[in-house]
Amino acid sequence: MLDLSKYQSIGEALRDALDQYANEVCLIEADRDREKERLTYLEFKARAHPLAKALQDGSFSSGDRASIIMTNQSKWLISAYAIFFTGGVLVPLDYKLTPDEQWQLLKHSSASVLITEYPIWRQLGASPGRAAASNVGTILVTEAPANADLDGARRWEEFRGAGEPVFIARKRSDTACIVYSSGTGGRSKGCMMTHENYLEQCVALTSIYPFCPGVRYLSILPTNHAIDFMVGFFGPLTCGAAVVHLRTLRPEFVREAFPKYKITYVSLVPLVLKNLQKGLQTRFDALPPGKRKVFNALVRINKALTKSQPLLGISRRLLKQVHEAFGGELRTIIVGGAFTEPQTLQFFYDLGIPVANGYGLTEAGTAITVNDLRPFRADTVGKPLPGMEVRIVNPAEDGVGEVTVRSKTVMAGYLNEPELTAETIIDGWLQTGDLGRFDGTGHLQLAGRKKNMIVTEEGKNIYPEDVETVFESLRVGEFCVFAANYIWPKRSMIGEKLVLVLHLEPGQQYGEELRREINARNNRLLNYKRIQGVVLLDEDFPRTASLKIKRNVLAERLAVLDSAAAILPL
Amino acid sequence: MRTLEQTTQEVLDLAAKHFQLPAGSLAPGDDFFKKLGIDSLQTLEMLSRLENHFGIELPDYEVQGVSDFKTLAERIQSRL
Repeated sequence: MLDLSKYQSIGEALRDALDQYANEVCLIEADRDREKERLTYLEFKARAHPLAKALQDGSFSSGDRASIIMTNQSKWLISAYAIFFTGGVLVPLDYKLTPDEQWQLLKHSSASVLITEYPIWRQLGASPGRAAASNVGTILVTEAPANADLDGARRWEEFRGAGEPVFIARKRSDTACIVYSSGTGGRSKGCMMTHENYLEQCVALTSIYPFCPGVRYLSILPTNHAIDFMVGFFGPLTCGAAVVHLRTLRPEFVREAFPKYKITYVSLVPLVLKNLQKGLQTRFDALPPGKRKVFNALVRINKALTKSQPLLGISRRLLKQVHEAFGGELRTIIVGGAFTEPQTLQFFYDLGIPVANGYGLTEAGTAITVNDLRPFRADTVGKPLPGMEVRIVNPAEDGVGEVTVRSKTVMAGYLNEPELTAETIIDGWLQTGDLGRFDGTGHLQLAGRKKNMIVTEEGKNIYPEDVETVFESLRVGEFCVFAANYIWPKRSMIGEKLVLVLHLEPGQQYGEELRREINARNNRLLNYKRIQGVVLLDEDFPRTASLKIKRNVLAERLAVLDSAAAILPL
Repeated sequence: MRTLEQTTQEVLDLAAKHFQLPAGSLAPGDDFFKKLGIDSLQTLEMLSRLENHFGIELPDYEVQGVSDFKTLAERIQSRL
């Protein structure tokens, strides 16, 4: 079992790993079918140290914040290490947010350094939101063309200090990262994750899914996401494994990467996993009847043999062609970010490809429970990881209640939001807002949400407050966005959607003109953030003394309506 | 050299074919996520088909945030 007890910080653990595994392959980066570079741990260090030195020369020091907005690539990890080496706090932001949203979070985080890619910078630099984030003093841009207008930024490749940087020690309780779990429209939720959070999570996760030299992880989920940050950066690099980055996520190149780079682990969101299932099923269905019969028989044998635990060697021999398509070395597909349907999980397990499904949230330091595969249980999200205390609060007769967690991996709190932090972490217990129950064998089963939000199959957390701004000044009496499941709870984690609740002006109709206006505004949102229907309520919204909508009271009033009839199409 | 109008029309025709829709059923301003009811993965598949047709490479960052055919055609046109 991995022992990180002697380390105080992410930077310290990684610093030692770079020396310990100096000659092992650390990073492989490919663009389509072309391998762009391959770095050993020694070469990784040689790239990171000049950057760290240049940051220090520019007076970046302990506790200062630096943000990364990049797609998955080597320079993401090199930059992150340089920030940790210099004692900085990393603010990883989603490159898929709009430029204004990114500036808003850059301002909220008080980042003084921004590291980004040229195509992203082109959009960011031209965005009006830039003016408000004057805290960002140093901007480093990767891969800018030779004659590019950098608009005040500097080239990452040329930002190199001479001589060795000084390693800056941090305490376990110090903030390592500020990770935004939401808050681009409403209240910004910047989770302050400590070094201890990551060190403990890494030990817990690798106890079930170990990394070591020779293991190769294919990094597809965005690295700013808690899962990829752990299993696509800190986990593998602490243990001497290699991370493979693809600069394009076209399915055909992702498929090619498995056999080409002999991938051991990959993390996917449920949407991609389902797509993979669909593709495989189509191929199986196209087999001639005789071959299909043999194939089905082999799957049945594999299923029987792996009932109590995965037997990779046997599965790889029985279903050779399937496993060869995945490179022959794939041990586990890690799935996360959203709820995965049991039949999809079972499909892969029956083929001898275990899918490590689990449950977690950024605030808890990634994973809370993970399927330990002994035996595989598609109908649950697994058992609590070592070091996690999980309690179900106020259970109903069927055992379903709110899932709460206490662990060394739980965040320190939300940045600049003491009240929100106090509501979320009570006496050390993180209130997840998710509903669940434990079965007789200690496996957690999720059963809906208590909180007003949705999670898409692509793993995107959407909070109604974040999309409401787009409907501001809509010509109606009042409006409010809700997760439909929050109003009409159902014991399910799939098919979640947002609805717009309207209180029309006296005499106003929900007619074509209003519908067009709502659609036009809705289309300004990224596709996965859009509302899916409208609910009309002919009464004033309940409000607080400061005129804020009392969402929980409003939801109770709406709950008496029949959801099927109440949700009108757009 | 194609004009932007020609490129746009070819994009619309190919997308309709890819998703088995009647020719002429898509318009330049259509939001393809909404009109076709597709997800981001299906969009990537459509892009691969467009790349093969036009003989170009469209890096993922070029199409990041693009959701209508007109803008997509403009990005393709700039690489022809």
